[in-house]
Amino acid sequence: MAIRDKESDHPERLSVINPTQSLLKISDLKTYFFTEDGIVKAVDGVSFQIRPGEVMGIVGESGSGKSVTALSIMRLIGVPGRIVSGKITFENRSILKLSDPEMRSIRGNQISMIFQQPQSSLNPVYTVGDQLSEAFLIHTDLSKKDAWKRTVELLRNVGIPDPEKKAHAYPHEMSGGQAQRVMIAMALALKPKILIADEPTTALDVTIQAQILRLVLDLRDQLGTAIMLITHDLGIIAETADWVAVMYAGQIVEQASVTDLFERPWHPYTQGLINSIPVLGEEKKRLDVIPGSVPNMILIPSGCRFSPRCRARSEYGLSICLEKEPGIQTFQNGHSIRCWLYQNQEGHSAPLSISANLQNQG
Amino acid sequence: MSEFATPSNRNRKSKDLIRVNDLVKYFPVRAGVLKRTVAWVQAVDGVSFTIKEGETLGLVGESGCGKSTVGLTILRLLDATSGTVEFDGQDVFSLNKKALKTMRRNMQIVFQDPFASLNPRKPINDAIIAGLNIHQIGSPKERADLVIQLLRKVGLEDYHANRYPHEFSGGQRQRIGIARALALQPKFIVCDEPVSALDVSIQSQVLNLLCDLQDDFGLTYLFIAHNLSVVEHLSDRVAVMYLGKIVELAPKVELFRNPLHPYTKALISAIPLPKPKAKKEQIILQGEVPSPLNPPSGCRFHPRCPIAIDACPLSEPEFREHNPDHWVACFNTEPIQVS
Repeated sequence: MAIRDKESDHPERLSVINPTQSLLKISDLKTYFFTEDGIVKAVDGVSFQIRPGEVMGIVGESGSGKSVTALSIMRLIGVPGRIVSGKITFENRSILKLSDPEMRSIRGNQISMIFQQPQSSLNPVYTVGDQLSEAFLIHTDLSKKDAWKRTVELLRNVGIPDPEKKAHAYPHEMSGGQAQRVMIAMALALKPKILIADEPTTALDVTIQAQILRLVLDLRDQLGTAIMLITHDLGIIAETADWVAVMYAGQIVEQASVTDLFERPWHPYTQGLINSIPVLGEEKKRLDVIPGSVPNMILIPSGCRFSPRCRARSEYGLSICLEKEPGIQTFQNGHSIRCWLYQNQEGHSAPLSISANLQNQG
Repeated sequence: MSEFATPSNRNRKSKDLIRVNDLVKYFPVRAGVLKRTVAWVQAVDGVSFTIKEGETLGLVGESGCGKSTVGLTILRLLDATSGTVEFDGQDVFSLNKKALKTMRRNMQIVFQDPFASLNPRKPINDAIIAGLNIHQIGSPKERADLVIQLLRKVGLEDYHANRYPHEFSGGQRQRIGIARALALQPKFIVCDEPVSALDVSIQSQVLNLLCDLQDDFGLTYLFIAHNLSVVEHLSDRVAVMYLGKIVELAPKVELFRNPLHPYTKALISAIPLPKPKAKKEQIILQGEVPSPLNPPSGCRFHPRCPIAIDACPLSEPEFREHNPDHWVACFNTEPIQVS
């Protein structure tokens, strides 16, 4: 596995994934926070699905609602936040209707999660081994001794050197990379069906990031775990995800297979994101810029949420963008977008068409 | 030694503005009742480079490699253990207090964390004007006018001057940090991870601003970052640091097309590219960066190096000019040329 050949890797894997089979389905999820200053619509009508064995990438800037989406799936939203409406279906069971004990049997067991700051997600007063074996003691019938054995084995699987000794170490005795490996071991201890990884490598150095991403993908291949990968790094998305959702201000604005998204980005925000990052080995005189900044989530712009920053809107002189929120439209290969550039409406004819676009790009 | 790693055929102005020679910075580790020094953290250990006037030198490396310490030591915000730094022909380390103050007008810094580097209790006008007050430049009226000009220059509005830091977004605060650095019309700015804390769409705004200001004012940058893509975009030449030493230094295109040091190669290959179909060979380094308290013998990279030879743990490789302008410290650069 030293060399990952993307060209042959991807189509093959995508064909294995059955498009009709969904493991986790989220429809029209709305999670709001009721603060003193007003209602923060952190997640506002998000729909997507995760298929078995798939890596689903969620990309967006800070405050776009990526993490709140993940926490909603885990039902870990605390006061003043609340899931206002929507449906989350996991293996034909509606997560939002489960009782707390039922949810606990899913959380960590069927769906587990790793976080950005591995050091702060581990309890500093227990050894790593104690925290890991706890999962077995709670969710399985293993004896303490067997649970410890499994723990050491797990640490070895995630590449911790000298696992017998390291199981007795405390979190502060580990580096960031090692702590993240422990978190991954913990998350995968019970062979969950879905692993939610929320910015798993953001706090790590690049060479360690490469190790951790490789580890996650290898474990996916071995265990068949589907992964929901949340990140702001388009490079990580391109290299690991099968399917991608781009989030902006609490909504998914574009969703497509990873190849479609990078080769034919349709939404002006996605286009802006892809063009604004410097790419190693490509000389750009100037970087493209998305003007302005992410809106305040209490005072969400009316109409399309991206409209105040959208260059295409002013280029085509569209007024509908400022007045009415576009719906989600799905085109071929399940590529969907939320944008008036391609959508007709009474009194508004779309200035661009997807089919013409496809022909142009061959 | 001062001819170290200087591009010989640059067509821009060819004067060296900064010359760093064998810079060393050790931090003492104290312990016990008497706070005796029990060990030294070898943060920077023998770093040499030059920066030409109007040039941007990128300094890239992972956390703890000493890149920020280099920046702080050059500005004498930290005292060096040994070595020399020349600014425009003057030895920075031998200046007395008064001369140093004058010198500081020419050298400024932009920090990583725009949230932590502004005083939350003072309007940003005070932050930008502080340097002007200290150096007593212009009348109060002229200073106030200059603040407005600077704010406009970095893409903010006049009325922002009386606002407090918490009223700004991260990108705007970084613009304020840049305005503050520009206030004294410096020749040289150390940019220490200026965009790492910013969102993707804001990063490009700040990077473009830095480019524009360089063109407008003929600034010289030392651009410190861990993100190789960002460094490559902005820099003319790039130096790669590992555990307190520069392992490779070359013009950016050369460094990217023909990296010689195995660490540089691993670093380049580890960066995820936003191209799903890009074919690339990934070199995954084993293990982690050793502690600078007790760095490995010989070449510091040898315990993680995929191509280490018998000589590597025994002695330190010389930092030599392998190709014109392309400097590298590795024993094993010949047999593994990358096309």
